Amino acid sequence: MIVETGHFALALALAISLVQTVMPIWAARSGDPALRQIASQAALGAFACVLFAFAALTYAHVTSDFSVQNVVENSHTQKPLIYKISGVWGNHEGSMLLWVLILTLFGACVAAAKNAVPPRLRANTLGVQGLITVVFVLFIITTSNPFSRVIPAPLEGNDLNPLLQDPGLAIHPPLLYIGYVGFSISFAFAVAALIDGRIDAVWARAVRPWTLTAWCFLTLGIAMGSYWAYYELGWGGWWFWDPVENASLMPWIAGTALLHSTVVMEKRDALKVWTVLLAILTFSLSLIGTFLVRSGVITSVHSFATDPTRGVFILAILVLFIGGSLTLFAWRAPLLRQGGLFAPISREGSLVLNNLFLVAGCATVLVGTLYPLLLEMLTGEKITVGPPFFNSTFVPLAIPLLLIVPFGQALAWKRGDVLAAAQRLFAALAVALVIGFAVLALTWGGPVMAPLGIGLGAYLLIGSALEIVARARGYGASRTRSLGQIGRRALGLPRSAWGTALAHAGVGIVVLGIAAQGWATEGLGTLKPGQSLTAGPYTATLDRVGPRQGPNYEEAAASLTIRTRAGDEVGQVETGKRFYPSRKMAVTESGLLTIGASQVYASLGEMGQDGGVGLRLYYKPLVLLIWLGAVVMALGGGLSLTDRRMRVGVPAKAKARPIPNAVPAE
Amino acid sequence: MTRKSRRLILIAACGSVLALAVGLILFAMSGSIVFFRSPSDIAQQNIAPGTRLRLGGLVKDGSLRRGPDQSVDFAVTDTNATVAVQYKGLLPDLFREGQGVVAEGVLEPGGVFRADTVLAKHDESYMPREVADALKAQGRWQEGGPNKGGPGTGGPAPKPATASTDSTLGARSER
Repeated sequence: MIVETGHFALALALAISLVQTVMPIWAARSGDPALRQIASQAALGAFACVLFAFAALTYAHVTSDFSVQNVVENSHTQKPLIYKISGVWGNHEGSMLLWVLILTLFGACVAAAKNAVPPRLRANTLGVQGLITVVFVLFIITTSNPFSRVIPAPLEGNDLNPLLQDPGLAIHPPLLYIGYVGFSISFAFAVAALIDGRIDAVWARAVRPWTLTAWCFLTLGIAMGSYWAYYELGWGGWWFWDPVENASLMPWIAGTALLHSTVVMEKRDALKVWTVLLAILTFSLSLIGTFLVRSGVITSVHSFATDPTRGVFILAILVLFIGGSLTLFAWRAPLLRQGGLFAPISREGSLVLNNLFLVAGCATVLVGTLYPLLLEMLTGEKITVGPPFFNSTFVPLAIPLLLIVPFGQALAWKRGDVLAAAQRLFAALAVALVIGFAVLALTWGGPVMAPLGIGLGAYLLIGSALEIVARARGYGASRTRSLGQIGRRALGLPRSAWGTALAHAGVGIVVLGIAAQGWATEGLGTLKPGQSLTAGPYTATLDRVGPRQGPNYEEAAASLTIRTRAGDEVGQVETGKRFYPSRKMAVTESGLLTIGASQVYASLGEMGQDGGVGLRLYYKPLVLLIWLGAVVMALGGGLSLTDRRMRVGVPAKAKARPIPNAVPAE
Repeated sequence: MTRKSRRLILIAACGSVLALAVGLILFAMSGSIVFFRSPSDIAQQNIAPGTRLRLGGLVKDGSLRRGPDQSVDFAVTDTNATVAVQYKGLLPDLFREGQGVVAEGVLEPGGVFRADTVLAKHDESYMPREVADALKAQGRWQEGGPNKGGPGTGGPAPKPATASTDSTLGARSER
């Protein structure tokens, strides 16, 4: 009964979203502000309906209701509760429902944030958001109904893919989706502005918190997915340039560009048309990502089920939104008035350069991801565009981008002084170069790029710190040399300044972590109990191998003692191979030992007949910095969000248009 | 500085970054793309030794030999032709004889394929898509054919991971 009610709630959400789409347009025509209000109510209603539908599906999963197809295919009575819940979105239908839930959640947030958004803009934004909801709910109801029943109901389910039975993956999809789908709000704002033909700093100020929220969650979601792939897939790699990973990276890069261009727009009223285009592109990339991952054109752990009708439907959605919004852009963008002027060498100029490099980098990722698909479609030739491609395209574009990060911050708005900025950054550059060369000398004979990467990371970190110091020290007459005063002023800086510094420092930390992987080492061998294997400065000794019973799996577990080369014990690691009988599937559970920010990583291979086990041991120096840096970036974004400027309502600067009361609605 | 010269600088910056990106893409495209080949392709085409490629097919029954230190030899077949593969490392969890596999590596002068990466399926009922297509091209693929149901042989590739080849599932009530 609950399941049917859930299904009905979803259908109701479709109807309400239609109202949410139509009302603002009608309101714009008739000029009746009461009609605008309906859009807000509808957005809240749609969210409530989808939330109920989602809760109904969760209930079916938690109670193992095997009369529901979706539960049969993805659940099992023996499965731990957390995976019963995460199993709701561990499949195509449920994950699309989560997608729509987050979509309507953002709509409801915009509707509830009464003061943050001017009413006219809010109504139009909600209308666009409603249209997205309509299309996706329609997609779920017609092609991916999670509520369909099975008759007769089987006694036991098929269980969730064991690779997905992992705490990391329980939270990865919600984080990623909040990011992905959150950009729909930026998109809706952009389209609303185009419909209105008016855009200004108020728009930028209204859209920025939403973009920033989405960006923070996307950062965390990507980091979580990367960490999951690192420890769950057992290959010890943290990024594979897999199309599915690229699908999440592209909106992130475009979103990063969008964040920076909205700053310019908010502060200087410039780059309007470009910002609108970026907002459209960012969400378009999210949609392309959804298409790539969900339509089954790419085989991966994410392509739960492939069904040609779904692929075609998502493709149609893509064409509708990307094509529609770009057409609208081409038609209406010339109406948007060009804003503030700036010299090429200025804060704005550096942010333009930032956008250029980000967009170029994003384009290379897009080409590398889509080219194999297009080539196969056109010629039937199958190729793989792997890490070498991305390393030789994306990385050379990322390095100049990272070099200008502290530089741009040292430039003033409107017109900057290169010499002054260089002077300010002289310390950072010098220290970074010294660090880079010192590391190079210490590890002579090792990789060359890695020490340079360490230098770059240090440069970013010092650059972020210098930015705070410079701002705290003040400019011109208020410049101070007293340390105490600098400290007090630093604490008094707006949170967005700290947030920016923190996010940029996070980038530096990620770069340090990536660079350090140049020194990663690995060992491979067949071990019997008592024998050892060495990777880098650590040695693993196999203590024992034995069977173990889990809730819904059997495991062969190997215990290892990790010692330094000198023989001091550092810790214990367990790695195992789990066998899930319900899916007849084996999964390797890697063993991780964290030493500072570095990790020793053990992965179990096959058991030989003679009692020896295959073992791969990796030493990953400073690898945790990669994900830690991403968390720092997200924290920086979060700190910016708490800034007063973000919360304070937008002054109603826009001149209210006279209501054309002379024209009665027909 | 006039508006015009500012615009020129902006266009020049856009153009140069764009040119850089295009140059990098073209450069990378020429060097770092890996083609997919089936054993029949390798038998028919004259592939220069040392070319990096992806080899896909089924692991030939009875071909798996384990050597010391986790080195393994096996053969990949599409039933028309067979290529011997050498690999050193841990095989993926779902690697089994008779199953679909994709190996990435280099073809050596003697005709042996030295793999540095071996990919099997993500899931019990998937077949790597390239492999399934290659087998279809060889006419060795039957939808729901003799492979059906057996553990590890997998269903046709672009099929839902859990589509009911299993009779206990019953029919779908709607879709």
